Amino acid sequence: MSGSGTFSVARVDDALCVHLTGVWSLDRGLPPPAAVERSLEGAASARRVVFDTAGLGTWDSSLVTFVAQLVERCMRLGVGIERRGLPPGLLRLLALAEAVPEKAGARAHPVRASIPVRIGTATIAAWKEIVGWLAFLGGATLALGRFLIGRARYRRVDLAIELQDAGARALPIVTLISFLVGMIMAFVGAVQLQQFGASIYVANMVAIAMAREMGAMMTAIIMAGRTGSAYAAQLGTMNVSQEIDALTTMGIPAMDFLVLPRMLALSLMLPLLAVYADFVGIVGGAVVATGMLDVSLVQYWEQTKSALTVTDFATGVGKSAVFGILVAVAGCLQGMRSGRSAAAVGASATAAVVSAIVLVIVADGLFAVVFNLLGI
Amino acid sequence: MAAADAHIRVHGLTMAYGSFVLMRDLTFAVPRGAVFVVMGGSGSGKSTLLRHLIGLNEPAAGEVFYGDVSFTRATPEAREGMLRRFGVLYQSGALFSSLTLAENVGLPLGEYTHLSPAEIREVAALKLALVGLRGFEDYYPSQISGGMQKRAGLARAIALDPEILFFDEPSAGLDPVSSRRLDDLILELRHSLGATVVVVTHELASIFAIADDSVLLDADSRTIIASGPPRELLAQSADPRVHAFLTRGEERPGAETHG
Repeated sequence: MSGSGTFSVARVDDALCVHLTGVWSLDRGLPPPAAVERSLEGAASARRVVFDTAGLGTWDSSLVTFVAQLVERCMRLGVGIERRGLPPGLLRLLALAEAVPEKAGARAHPVRASIPVRIGTATIAAWKEIVGWLAFLGGATLALGRFLIGRARYRRVDLAIELQDAGARALPIVTLISFLVGMIMAFVGAVQLQQFGASIYVANMVAIAMAREMGAMMTAIIMAGRTGSAYAAQLGTMNVSQEIDALTTMGIPAMDFLVLPRMLALSLMLPLLAVYADFVGIVGGAVVATGMLDVSLVQYWEQTKSALTVTDFATGVGKSAVFGILVAVAGCLQGMRSGRSAAAVGASATAAVVSAIVLVIVADGLFAVVFNLLGI
Repeated sequence: MAAADAHIRVHGLTMAYGSFVLMRDLTFAVPRGAVFVVMGGSGSGKSTLLRHLIGLNEPAAGEVFYGDVSFTRATPEAREGMLRRFGVLYQSGALFSSLTLAENVGLPLGEYTHLSPAEIREVAALKLALVGLRGFEDYYPSQISGGMQKRAGLARAIALDPEILFFDEPSAGLDPVSSRRLDDLILELRHSLGATVVVVTHELASIFAIADDSVLLDADSRTIIASGPPRELLAQSADPRVHAFLTRGEERPGAETHG
């Protein structure tokens, strides 16, 4: 490192003289701490440390950091320091750095907790999480009750906007995904069914799978990613900017004003989107069947009609209503409980999507068991 | 003011959002090493002026010079080099919430110097000590008060020993005592770092305490209505708008006798 700032130490009578020379710049790094330690070995016997800055060029924070470290080490060794030799600007900065003493107990000491403590902490956190969910569900149910008797305090236009956003605006992505899912199922089924000469049953497979399972589940997952996360981010940011506090002090329950329209919108729109997805998926299947297999469009249509029952549709639509509530609750809950920073809002949006998808899949599994037992 | 010792020169700057012109034809110079205050009422565009000075907004017309070099016409690379010599303290600190204070201050050091992580931490600790936050290295911004966040933001602004420090409403959201301490800190840092300081504020106590020179922006006339040291403006300006601003709207003594 040519031309960079250096220091050397010399003994002058009972004092240790630190010579500072050259240009000290952050770009050129700091002297290694080991060298500093080594040079101070002789300091213990010295009574004081003095500075010589005759050869010092320009300097910046690197020199201040170095001198501050040196001062701290000398104080620990109990050696006096004479600062007179230092440049006035540096003296002022040092004085400024020392002006506010370290607040006792301010420095955080990370303590590694024992295993029982960690298990306990995790259990308490999990319990709080459950209580949080239950409290939110209770609040949401009360808000819904107020809505049903016409006493909820929300703006109709907000509900309309949320309905539009969770409904009509979601159509393009739902169309694309359901169409592709229908095609993929038809592809997979076609290869297998062709071996038995039963290609026409592709229509049954696509229709029943879309109506009972895929329509509801795919729309729920799409809406968890698209709208549930948006709810968490919106409400989380409103929390950061104290909008939720403002509502509370106006005496307007945030549950009514913010959560209710969103939950209503999503649980009303998701069944409609699911029915739409069913049809688009069936169309996707038809495209593959007529293109790849020896099936005409009329045959496919007739086969689909004979395969589907109202029950198939009803189970799918019923499930999607539940999924809608789950996705909306997950999004709104995480948003309302979000911390007040950019990182916390991001974390709550992530948590909203993850918990919504997990809840949807788990609920779908429960439905499968229940429908099986009931013979639906 | 001789152009030779001007650190920042603004020439014929017009600021606009689309077709809405906020301020037109601003021309002033900031002397090297001075504390320069941009004054103005709320909505007069003083924060926007700051955004123009640091390149966050582009001028609709006119130019900004640092020394003799045009900032407005500089290539993106040259501009980045100039920005490295600026330190900016934003209104609410603008600390990165996912990083600790030491990491916040260390971020520019890690990006622009070749220091090792241990050295960066040493320098970051020193910068935090300079603003009175010794021992708070491992705190997250959400764990400290607003005033401390602002000081931590200042520590980050001075991380690279800037030549020019910009402050956007430094006293906003601070109590009078903290605000006074921050003013003292600004003056002290100006002395010891030898930096030029540009402060955007409408806080009269701050203005009179720190300003060497100033301009006053007026929202109605959309330009500078006064420039010079605030105390001189108060004593000498014949413009009632200037007087009203610098006295919190109090009537000029004897003015009511005319009515």
